[in-house]
Amino acid sequence: MTAPLLSVRDLHVSFASEAGRVDAVRGVSFDLEPGRTLSIVGESGSGKSVTSLAIMGLLDDNAKVSGSIMFDGTELVGKGDKELSTLRGNGIAMIFQDPLTSLTPVYTIGDQLVEALTVHRSMSQADATARAIELLRMVGIPTPERRLKSFPHEFSGGMRQRVVIAIAMANNPKLIIADEPTTALDVTIQAQILDLIATAQRETGAAVIMITHDMGVVAKTADDVLVMYAGKPVEQAPVRELFHETRMPYSIGLLGAIPRVDKAEKTPLVPIKGNPPLLVNLPDECPFVARCPIATEACRTREPELRPIATAEGGAHLVACVRADEIEDGMIGGAPVYPVPELPTSALDRVPREDRPVTLDVRNMQKTFPLTKGAFLKRKVGEVHAVKGLTFDIREGETMAIVGESGCGKTTTLLQIMDLVTQTDGEITIAGTPVSTLHGGKAERAVRRDLQIVFQDPMGALDPRLTVADVIAEPLRAIGVPRAEADARVDELMDLVGLDPAHASRFPGAFSGGQRQRIGIARALATNPKIVVLDEPVSALDVSIQAGVINLLDELKVKLGLSYLFVAHDLSVVRHIADRVGVMYLGEFVEHGDVDAIFDNPQHPYTQALLSAIPVPDPDIERTRERIVLQGDLPSPTDRRDGCSFTSRCPLYKMLPPEQQSRCETEAPALKGSDAHANACHFR
Amino acid sequence: MTSATIQPPVGPDTTAARIPRKRIGTFRLYYRRFVRNRPAVAGVFVFAFLVLFAVVGPLIAQFSFSELDFLALGTPPDGTHWFGTAADGGDLFAQTAVGLQRSLMIALTVSIGTTVISAIVGTAAAYFGGTTERIILLIIHFLMVVPTFLILALVSSNAGGDWRVISAAMIFISWFFPARVIWTMALSLREREYVHAARYMGVPGMKIVLRHLLPNIGSLLVINFTLGVVGAVITETGLSFIGFGVKIPDVSLGSLIGIGANSLSSAPWTFYFPALALTLLTVSMALIADGLRDALDPTSAAGGRA
Repeated sequence: MTAPLLSVRDLHVSFASEAGRVDAVRGVSFDLEPGRTLSIVGESGSGKSVTSLAIMGLLDDNAKVSGSIMFDGTELVGKGDKELSTLRGNGIAMIFQDPLTSLTPVYTIGDQLVEALTVHRSMSQADATARAIELLRMVGIPTPERRLKSFPHEFSGGMRQRVVIAIAMANNPKLIIADEPTTALDVTIQAQILDLIATAQRETGAAVIMITHDMGVVAKTADDVLVMYAGKPVEQAPVRELFHETRMPYSIGLLGAIPRVDKAEKTPLVPIKGNPPLLVNLPDECPFVARCPIATEACRTREPELRPIATAEGGAHLVACVRADEIEDGMIGGAPVYPVPELPTSALDRVPREDRPVTLDVRNMQKTFPLTKGAFLKRKVGEVHAVKGLTFDIREGETMAIVGESGCGKTTTLLQIMDLVTQTDGEITIAGTPVSTLHGGKAERAVRRDLQIVFQDPMGALDPRLTVADVIAEPLRAIGVPRAEADARVDELMDLVGLDPAHASRFPGAFSGGQRQRIGIARALATNPKIVVLDEPVSALDVSIQAGVINLLDELKVKLGLSYLFVAHDLSVVRHIADRVGVMYLGEFVEHGDVDAIFDNPQHPYTQALLSAIPVPDPDIERTRERIVLQGDLPSPTDRRDGCSFTSRCPLYKMLPPEQQSRCETEAPALKGSDAHANACHFR
Repeated sequence: MTSATIQPPVGPDTTAARIPRKRIGTFRLYYRRFVRNRPAVAGVFVFAFLVLFAVVGPLIAQFSFSELDFLALGTPPDGTHWFGTAADGGDLFAQTAVGLQRSLMIALTVSIGTTVISAIVGTAAAYFGGTTERIILLIIHFLMVVPTFLILALVSSNAGGDWRVISAAMIFISWFFPARVIWTMALSLREREYVHAARYMGVPGMKIVLRHLLPNIGSLLVINFTLGVVGAVITETGLSFIGFGVKIPDVSLGSLIGIGANSLSSAPWTFYFPALALTLLTVSMALIADGLRDALDPTSAAGGRA
């Protein structure tokens, strides 16, 4: 064991606010040795980002920091901005969440790299440029000499994050803090970036603090894990210990709440009830007590201290729970800590798919956007094929998921359906009504009754000026239901989605993210639709809340016989909720069929790569399994290709003999196979 | 923020526990939030007092506003002439009351007219887009280069000082600037998911404009409205001052202040009483605007818990 590089002791951070003093961080202590990775896990508002900002000294002036942060033998708490500036970007580097905003748009990336290099040491311009090129090459940016002159907007999100990592590596930092570095990225890019951070760590020998909410990322990257809740560490252990000997009910809940991409059985997820407490005037009790299923009187008497606990694994395991000794393998006294909720089974499950009525039928959907040039007289210079001949159907009581990277045409597909666009050489049929036969507002409204949508962003989708009752009643009012009847239905709907109808006259702003999403779902269900389109309905929610919403969707599907068209980039959620999956790449399905068939036996190289890119929340599985890491980004849909659109990134293509490669380049593969499992690859 | 409430699980048991209750109407809620703001309530009282003064003042005044008392030329306030008299013997109490009445009518008419037209035109242009948007913007941009004050002066001069014609002309020249500002604000609202959501529910376009777009630029409209009141009083003052506005014997706060300013050193009351009325009017409007904004804005902390 070497001397710790970073040693944090009893760190407290509080902010003054109108509501009172917010204690954002309440006593964090840890040691970090060079070359090791510490993961800080927690939901939003748990204080994980504030901890990292406190180490960087980047907090606002109104933040009060106390405790001790020893970095490489120097005390950081109490140092002025100027002294810390010599450390930032030099000894400590930071990688932020959003690569789109962490680079200055008006400077070339070369300038920004050179600035990062020259600000801390005297270096000639030529040396700095040479080092910048070297760094860009190290992070895998092709032709770095040319790219040095590029501006950030010329890069994709993944490429920008590479540049950010290059800047972080510039001065061989001893500590790299990565604050949700992959949350804004697609899974395939996430896999690349996580590998890159590991490379950066190897190259520089730096210690890494990885802040994340994704247990899969933790399992993949961390050596030690710190679970935070309400500003306080509640469990701290080496990674294998934490996943296999979880002792704190909150950590157990977090692990139970995430769907697993590698497991087929459809058991309901275990949500943690309620919401995290506000960090103002916390009473002296366990902050988790209100949400904890095994809380006792002892939990309410005072806040439990973080204390060491002996486990079978024998690692340094700290936990803040009075009942930690009783918990073994997620069980307490022979029963699971979290009682597994029961899901009703649908009568429709017994009816074979072929015998169920089709609720949504899409035949040969196309969407092209014109590419124009010129400021005044717009000339059409080409077309972008956003959706190319999509065909699928959804039966009653079935969930169809469309997955793919951002930019693959998922959202365009949804918008085509929601906008009821008449297809030139195809048809969209909604609950038996072809959209090409719709004329006039009345017929359109009749169809909209059967087709409703739930949006991704639970805040943006609700008009902040309407009360919840008005929000939910809106679709009813739009189809002409009288006010009294609509009001009665609002109460019924709020009840259905697990909200208290007494809160109907509040504004959406008074609800938490998960509750808002429930409001959105209630609104979508108001007209008793047959099809509900779900556009990433849980991706903006914390994992513990996400589980509750997923269970609700499952339950509603069974109760009301709904069909879902589900768009997501999180394949674990898809595996959990979907019956059928379409894997989309550049506007086409490359694989389409039953969810288990595809997830257990992916055939198309793209599906295989997608699935292998998802981190599994189990360190043993995660670190030993084979993975296919896709190279590069999604190519631009403006480029026209004659053959298979995946050839530029296909790992299979690279291994094929030249005569077979030419087939990939010239002949576009069609979906082939059965209704239960079809793929579009010549050689699978 | 509300305290963290734990939601009951979905199920029949929660249905059974439900108690019927009365829902608070949206306006009742706004009212509650508004009255919590003390200065705003004070503003309402001041404004109500001014309106009362403008309505009742001429009735209880000893003299008519157009009557000239030749026995009291430029006298300070006393028992007969409560606010004193002007140099020509006009009773300032009656004149201020009537002038306030005129100015209020003009200012409110112009401000309401301008706000309504600019709000609807601006948001409709943003929401409907395409040809509608292009035509509306073309008209706005055209009006921007027209010398509008000249038109206003010509129209009001021809109308012989009729306040209704002046108001209409003032609405005509002042709706398009705010309309363009509102258009840019509404452009970002158009892409909000709740607007998409409403469209996908089959809510008709104009209803989306009125129900989702307008309320969400409400605070801007409220500010526009109050500034409009102040601006209209000032425009009308300017017009009256150069002789194109309200004509003698009719009076407005503008013309009174214009006259009073000339004799500020010899007879200060001729300036101060109309100026006080004007100040009270604008200050009360500002306080009301502030309170309305807090009451209508759901994110405002001043409104407290909904």
